[in-house]
Amino acid sequence: MSVTTPVEKLGSAGLKTTGFIGAIGLLLRDVAALSPRMVTATRGRRLAWDNLWFQMYRVGVRSIGVVGLVTFCIGAILALQIGPILEDYGAAAQLPTIIGIAMFRELGPLIGAIVLTGFAGASIAAELGTMAVAEELKALRSHAISPIRFLVVPRVLATTIMTVCLATFSDAMGVVGGAFTSNLALGITPTQYLRQTFEAVGHFDLLTGLFKAGVFGAIIGALPCYLGMNVRGGASGVGAATTKTVVYSIVALVCVDLLFTFVFYMLEL
Amino acid sequence: MPDPTDNIIECDDVTVRFGEQTVLDRLTLNVRRGERLVILGGSGAGKSTLLNLLAAETRATSGQVRIDGQDICGMSETQLDDYRKSIGVLFQSGALFQSMTIGDNVALPLREHTDLDEETIQIIIKMKLELVGLREHAHKLPSQISGGMKKRAGLARALALDPKIIFYDEPSAGLDPVSVTEVDQLMIGLNETLGVTTVVITHEMVSAFRVAHRLVLMDQGQFVADGPPDEMKNSSDPLVYQFVNGLAEGPLADRRDRDAYTADLLGAY
Ligand SMILES: Nc1ncnc2c1ncn2[C@@H]1O[C@H](COP(=O)(O)OP(=O)(O)OP(=O)(O)O)[C@@H](O)[C@H]1O
Ligand SMILES: [Mg+2]
Repeated sequence: MSVTTPVEKLGSAGLKTTGFIGAIGLLLRDVAALSPRMVTATRGRRLAWDNLWFQMYRVGVRSIGVVGLVTFCIGAILALQIGPILEDYGAAAQLPTIIGIAMFRELGPLIGAIVLTGFAGASIAAELGTMAVAEELKALRSHAISPIRFLVVPRVLATTIMTVCLATFSDAMGVVGGAFTSNLALGITPTQYLRQTFEAVGHFDLLTGLFKAGVFGAIIGALPCYLGMNVRGGASGVGAATTKTVVYSIVALVCVDLLFTFVFYMLEL
Repeated sequence: MPDPTDNIIECDDVTVRFGEQTVLDRLTLNVRRGERLVILGGSGAGKSTLLNLLAAETRATSGQVRIDGQDICGMSETQLDDYRKSIGVLFQSGALFQSMTIGDNVALPLREHTDLDEETIQIIIKMKLELVGLREHAHKLPSQISGGMKKRAGLARALALDPKIIFYDEPSAGLDPVSVTEVDQLMIGLNETLGVTTVVITHEMVSAFRVAHRLVLMDQGQFVADGPPDEMKNSSDPLVYQFVNGLAEGPLADRRDRDAYTADLLGAY
């Protein structure tokens, strides 16, 4: 069947998208079902934990520097952009509040996750894609080892845990960046800045942000695993999967973020 | 020689379809315990599909596949995993896990599926690698060894859990003549010393006749000939004759429909 009219095209794109979202959902369900075995399994448990540590190191530790730099700069930029406007209204003192809320609720988790997508997501997709092409996934199955348990679970757990950790870190770096430039541009001292940030930002802002980060982490782990494991057709397939991973992940992150923000807004949280 | 009444593999009227395409067409095949069966056939004949079916990677569309009297088509995923542990598969590329050393590759099934302690596992690794002549290479990564060594390492991994059947998909593809002979001798040796039933797909005629107790020729998803090496070698069946002697002219070539070509050129489709 060939797709011809715009309506049909729209319909088929819609079907593909829902199918894709469904497949990621199913994968995440499998991960959730298999994760408890990290603790309960009698065999292969050490290997599973070794795998998890390695993935956490690979996902998180290597990206700390970049995440820190990016969020520091974003905090600094926000301060420079918003500071003068607030000054016009005589509200310059509100700057730490605005940046603090923005970082903790939105930008910390989101920017952290986006950086991780480029860092870890793309390399996970390339890695699993190469394994799919080299029959390694088939070999795992032939040894009665589920690729989802053996490969996907440690990666998704690692991205989830590390996105939460990195979000905390990027929250802090954003605040530091804001403090840095507002000291230069608006003359707010760092101590003043920090005190006000702590006054303005509540537990709840931090927790909703970290909760979102967890969901983001699961997405940026599951998406490259799914795309990587389904690679067909050699090296070009692997390349396509990496590109798709980055594009789809960023779109998914922003959409899910909007969804969360909307829900929190409606619930007045 | 194997006992002629003791079948370890019994396929009854098995059909495998991918969409519209019938890849295995009502096949019936019996393999005796301890037998070395070689499957011949042109590209796309369905050999790998048959092997995937026997290795529980692909499911039959209809028909029965009994291994040791048990129908694997009706098994649950857990039962299939138990079955998979009892067989070994050597993939065309070797399909070693690139991120692990040769030793860890062999150890993986043991670490995942047995309660053996690490010391015992190390001893078993040495024994399995010695069988294939790679004991000194246990610490190397797959990228550091040659193609022939990769196949042998893959074989050592397939042997890890002492399988009762080993399936080989084109074990001699891409190897030099000396390595081909080595792999052939390994297949024969393992069969004779351990009594493992051996099913081999190959395109190498010399190797096929050297290894086989029995050969079958596959074409378009069906068996067109079946017999011991000398019978096949002297067969008057035109298809067998063409295949065994690698002739360009014969029933296999005639099938490439000339009428369709003319019609296609003239735009009749
Ligand atoms: N998973 C699949 N989905 C769809 N079609 C498939 C699948 N696997 C195999 N086929 C088709 O089945 C046919 C037989 O493939 P198979 O790999 O069994 O051939 P083969 O005899 O092993 O060939 P070769 O000697 O080239 O390896 C091919 O036409 C192939 O396109
Ligand atoms: Mg094949």
